[in-house]
Amino acid sequence: MKLSPDQKLDLREVLADLDRYRPRRKGWTWRTKIAEHQVGAFLLKDSSTNLAHSVPLPSAHAFGNIDPQCDFVLTTEIASGRFEDDLRRMRMAAWHGADHIMVIRTTGQSHIDGLIEGTPEGVGGIPITRKQLRATRKALDAIEDEVGRPINFHSYVSGVAGPEIAVLFAEEGVNGAHQDPQYNVLYRGINMHRSFVDAAEAKRIMADAGILQLDGAHNANATAKEAWKVTPELFVQHAINTAYSRAVGMPAELIALSTVPPTAPPAPKLRLDLPYAVALRELFRGYKFRAQQNTRYIEADTMEATVTHVLDTLISRLTSADVQSTITPDEGRNIPWHYNNVAGVNTARQTLMGLDGVMEQLQLTQAGPLQAQVRELTERAVLFLEEIVAGGGYYAAVAAGQFVDSGYFPERKGDGIVRDPDGGDGAGTVIARTTEYGAPVCSHFGNNVSARATGKPCDEYGGCTLCDPSKIQYIDELDAEDNVEKRLQTPLAERAAGVLRPEVEKHGDGVVCVTLFVPASPSVAEAAALEMAKRMGLKDPEVISRRLMHPAEGSLLEVKGVLDVAVRITDLPMPVREEPLAESEIEAWVRARDIHVVAATVGEDEHSVGLHEILDIKHGGIEKYGFRCHDLGTSVPIERLLNAAEQTGARAVLISTIVTHGHVHEVHMRRLHALALERGLRERLVLVAGGTQVTNELARGCGMDAGFGRGATGRDVASFLVRSLRAQANK
Amino acid sequence: MSCAERADDFALRRTRLGQLSDEQLRARFWTLVDDIVAPLIEEARLHTTPSIERSILLRMGFSSIEAKGLVARMHERGLLGYGAGRLVLNLAKSKGISVRAAGAALLAGRYWEDLVR
Repeated sequence: MKLSPDQKLDLREVLADLDRYRPRRKGWTWRTKIAEHQVGAFLLKDSSTNLAHSVPLPSAHAFGNIDPQCDFVLTTEIASGRFEDDLRRMRMAAWHGADHIMVIRTTGQSHIDGLIEGTPEGVGGIPITRKQLRATRKALDAIEDEVGRPINFHSYVSGVAGPEIAVLFAEEGVNGAHQDPQYNVLYRGINMHRSFVDAAEAKRIMADAGILQLDGAHNANATAKEAWKVTPELFVQHAINTAYSRAVGMPAELIALSTVPPTAPPAPKLRLDLPYAVALRELFRGYKFRAQQNTRYIEADTMEATVTHVLDTLISRLTSADVQSTITPDEGRNIPWHYNNVAGVNTARQTLMGLDGVMEQLQLTQAGPLQAQVRELTERAVLFLEEIVAGGGYYAAVAAGQFVDSGYFPERKGDGIVRDPDGGDGAGTVIARTTEYGAPVCSHFGNNVSARATGKPCDEYGGCTLCDPSKIQYIDELDAEDNVEKRLQTPLAERAAGVLRPEVEKHGDGVVCVTLFVPASPSVAEAAALEMAKRMGLKDPEVISRRLMHPAEGSLLEVKGVLDVAVRITDLPMPVREEPLAESEIEAWVRARDIHVVAATVGEDEHSVGLHEILDIKHGGIEKYGFRCHDLGTSVPIERLLNAAEQTGARAVLISTIVTHGHVHEVHMRRLHALALERGLRERLVLVAGGTQVTNELARGCGMDAGFGRGATGRDVASFLVRSLRAQANK
Repeated sequence: MSCAERADDFALRRTRLGQLSDEQLRARFWTLVDDIVAPLIEEARLHTTPSIERSILLRMGFSSIEAKGLVARMHERGLLGYGAGRLVLNLAKSKGISVRAAGAALLAGRYWEDLVR
């Protein structure tokens, strides 16, 4: 399967022949770091291989459209409930730099005692099944070929079916997974004996398949009442899962600690979070770090979330990280919308490129408050461990409510999570192995009479599925109604008919979000915003963000609703874009004629970057074709431009205007046209305007011959000038 | 029942730890962790669960539906302590049939009396 950047992902092709699909590789892949990497004008220190296809950061237009990639793997978590919609989201995220796609499981899968098959729809995530894994991995194969970098696919080995899920992941080429029995115990109410016994088998399978393991300690941040006080316990949770994994045979390079800076402003975030991050990295030298952005405090304000996430990412760069996980800025208010996955990835990408090489210039102090805090946190963690041992071990400690207490250990608030070692989901299902117990398969943990001194345990019957994947039994669908084929009927028919609807999550959901400032008190503003949204034609309007500007002067509200409108592509008025002339043709025509052009940014406008891109030879501007450019600079009056045009015998005037308060750009365009007419120059001069707010239509409406907006190049402008001047000559 | 409240008596408790170097403190941390984990690992080494047994049958080439059926019936009969995979393999060998055929026969209700000698 091969993707083309101008073609949508073909879901029919993804779903075809999945019974025969085999993953092209197993195990985790890191980015290829390049210590000294020349990218455009810059020698980068913390970057990795460039992509073949990507969407650069917005400001890249001013830096030669470079799109350098940081050295950390970047994660995005995707969970719409329909994997077929998630695949498109994955592709968009990959173009923005994500190379670790984490698929959230549907609510309740932890408690399903066995595997799910087929493609039923999920809630808050997707049911992880073999078919769904194959379709996703197959699509990711094509996406990674398109962007030119391996993409790691990730989900969860938790719940009461951990060993089975681990086998599934090993067979289907899943590259990373969460696995931490403590997560089952503390947050899923699953029996602790079952959780740990299952975990040993699951970890053994993951280790042999090269799957990167993430632990579950970060969840304590999200659960504890005062997350910054749970930090000593976090060391303990990380350590228990790490030591357990090592004992099972998992190598250190596959063990990643999932860690979140625990606070957010207005708390003194870096002063609190940095010692924790440093202490963790000192205690766990040799292991990997998956730095997660904080989700604990974000509610509706996506800008606030973004600033916190920038600070989280700064901590990653100041300490270290191997994987930088991103959180969508809208996670606090809804199931993430697809463009917010892109926003989250870009927060990390933009921050990390901005911090490139900074640790050559900065150093964390080895003496003083930072190291004192590091020492104190470590001591508190040791005291926590001593109390577990004194109380009779891990199970007894959980039973006593020692975990996720909001006190700063050894302080206790008495509000920890309490679980009964003999209770919970799956209680009573742990069975003693007899002395004859055998498991004739690879990647098995524990006493096993089928294990052999030489050869594999599965040799007796020709190999297990981990050795011979042709033995894997593929089940397509079990539910005739709840499956991807049924769900795709309408979307694919609409797509074939060229029908478009807005969407944020699932195909054709019609959801849009409008931002309104309403100059009234909060409750009045909210009621008014909902009424306004209704009058815009939005169904089911709902306020998803309220930001107080002033108690009396007003509030900023974001309202989501459904715009039940389908647009046919064939009905749309499409502007006809003329192909620019060949560069050689432009140059041959211009050099033979010595054509002068005057140019300036007009009005009170000091922005000259855009104009330079159009004029300068070093930016690929029109000078390179032989135009004689007279750049008069910034904030130039229209009169001066026309004076210069007369003096130089120019054939064209180019004006640039970016700042557009009160439609001042339109005023300038009209004035240039009027004054040129008045002075008898209009016939001879080609008048061109450019700027971010300028369109060809607008410029022509203001008397210009053409307008060029965002994305225009020197070649576009040169091509237009040559065509216009030829037309003049032919008159 | 949750642990009682307790004031932050860190200053008192840490006096013993104060003499340890940073390196000794980190070593103490990991020694304690290993002590806590050792009995958990030992339990895993000596026990199994229905999910582990189903995962073994998956690896032996059974579908999730077949593995679920086989393990549920073995669990009812108190046989999982022998290992589902080993029971099926031994049956296949004794009958001279394939592993999958042995599993299918068990799912059809046959040979259960032959499973454990």
